[in-house]
Amino acid sequence: MTKNFEASMKELEEIAEKLSCGEISLDESIKLFEDGMKLSKSCQKILEDAEKKVNILLEKDGEMKKQSFESEE
Amino acid sequence: MEQIIATVSQLNGFIKKTFEANPVFSDIWIKGEISNFKKHYSGHIYLTLKDEGGVLKAVMFKSSAYSLSFTPSDGMKVIARGRVSVYEASGAYQLYISEMLPDGVGELYIAYEKLKKKLEAEGLFDEEHKKPIPKYPSSVGVVTASTGAAVRDIINVMTRRYPYAEIIVYPAQVQGAGAAESIVKGIEYFNREKICDTIIVGRGGGSIEDLWAFNEEMVAYAIYNSEIPIVSAVGHEVDFTISDFVADLRAPTPSAAAELAVPSQTELMRKIEDLEYAIKTLLVSNLKNKKLKLNSVKLISPQDIIENYFLRLDASTKEIINGMEKVISINKEKYVGILSRLDALSPLKVLKRGFSVAVDENENVIKSVAELDEKKNFVLRLFDGERNCRVINKKEIGE
Repeated sequence: MTKNFEASMKELEEIAEKLSCGEISLDESIKLFEDGMKLSKSCQKILEDAEKKVNILLEKDGEMKKQSFESEE
Repeated sequence: MEQIIATVSQLNGFIKKTFEANPVFSDIWIKGEISNFKKHYSGHIYLTLKDEGGVLKAVMFKSSAYSLSFTPSDGMKVIARGRVSVYEASGAYQLYISEMLPDGVGELYIAYEKLKKKLEAEGLFDEEHKKPIPKYPSSVGVVTASTGAAVRDIINVMTRRYPYAEIIVYPAQVQGAGAAESIVKGIEYFNREKICDTIIVGRGGGSIEDLWAFNEEMVAYAIYNSEIPIVSAVGHEVDFTISDFVADLRAPTPSAAAELAVPSQTELMRKIEDLEYAIKTLLVSNLKNKKLKLNSVKLISPQDIIENYFLRLDASTKEIINGMEKVISINKEKYVGILSRLDALSPLKVLKRGFSVAVDENENVIKSVAELDEKKNFVLRLFDGERNCRVINKKEIGE
């Protein structure tokens, strides 16, 4: 999911760059705009919907197992 | 063999050269107790190092004394580094100190320096080897103690800044016997399982002994060989360990490591909003440009064409009329001129002045008497009419 986020951010930056260089057709700039808006919304959604995931590895029978980390205060 | 007699200066100079030619004296660590400590107003430090068996004069110049991390005093056990040379003016050899540490820390420090030099020569600190830290990691591995401030700081900062990255803590022993092995195992585990994009290796502050695991060669190599980029975070800002030099990125503290490992959610949101805004404005400006281009190639309406023709027609008509009038007036003048000249040349005018003209029956003007034989008829024309005439004889006048 966050891999997608990185790719989306990169794509979003590329769209802004393409649009800023001008020499593109009307159709293309409208398509870029639409794609950009979609990406922006999906990136924002990823950020808003994120949940904390903190795990600790514990050795069990010679194997490391992930377990939720409860920070002792 | 002839005896050489040298001067004092020559001997001292020779001894000095002998000292300086010996590599052992050029960089040496000396352990001893400080006595006769004196700080000169110039900033230079003069002291004597001693042990049970002897004393050694020493000087630490201002430039080196400036970087002392403690205040030396008489009776203090220290380890001093420097070169041994001869001060010719007093004929005494002494230690020119470049670095000095309180003893105890000293030995570890020397080991640290030695390893640092060795690993540097082996290319472990090379910038070209350093990997970039992923901008948006989906998962961050943390090799540190599962209890204590370091892990708590890292988790707090990371969850606050970037909650969508998973944090996986590898509980490692970070000090004491077996610590280095434990840290290495953690780094190797993450590399083997490939479950994170970035690794933070570190611990909270402590004495140089506490931090020692991060100065071990095996830890340095584990960091160097890691395919996953590593951020090192050992102790406080002032603590530098070998791990810091090998790591792809050095963080001054564990909290700082968390900040360096993940982007800030707020900044990201702003960045996305900025990009969105940029895309919107760029589209608008692109559309405006297209519209401008379109306007510049727009066709002229038929009405405009007709009006244009009318204008041109009017202008031409006026030109033609003007031209005609000009032609007429010029010709008129010409005509009047010709007429007056014609009038002046008119034979009638000449006749009026009393001249007459004689013509034969064929209306040919008679220009010579030779044409006028006796009895020849001709017509004499005067200004008011003509008369038929006849030549009486050919007698010349005055004969």
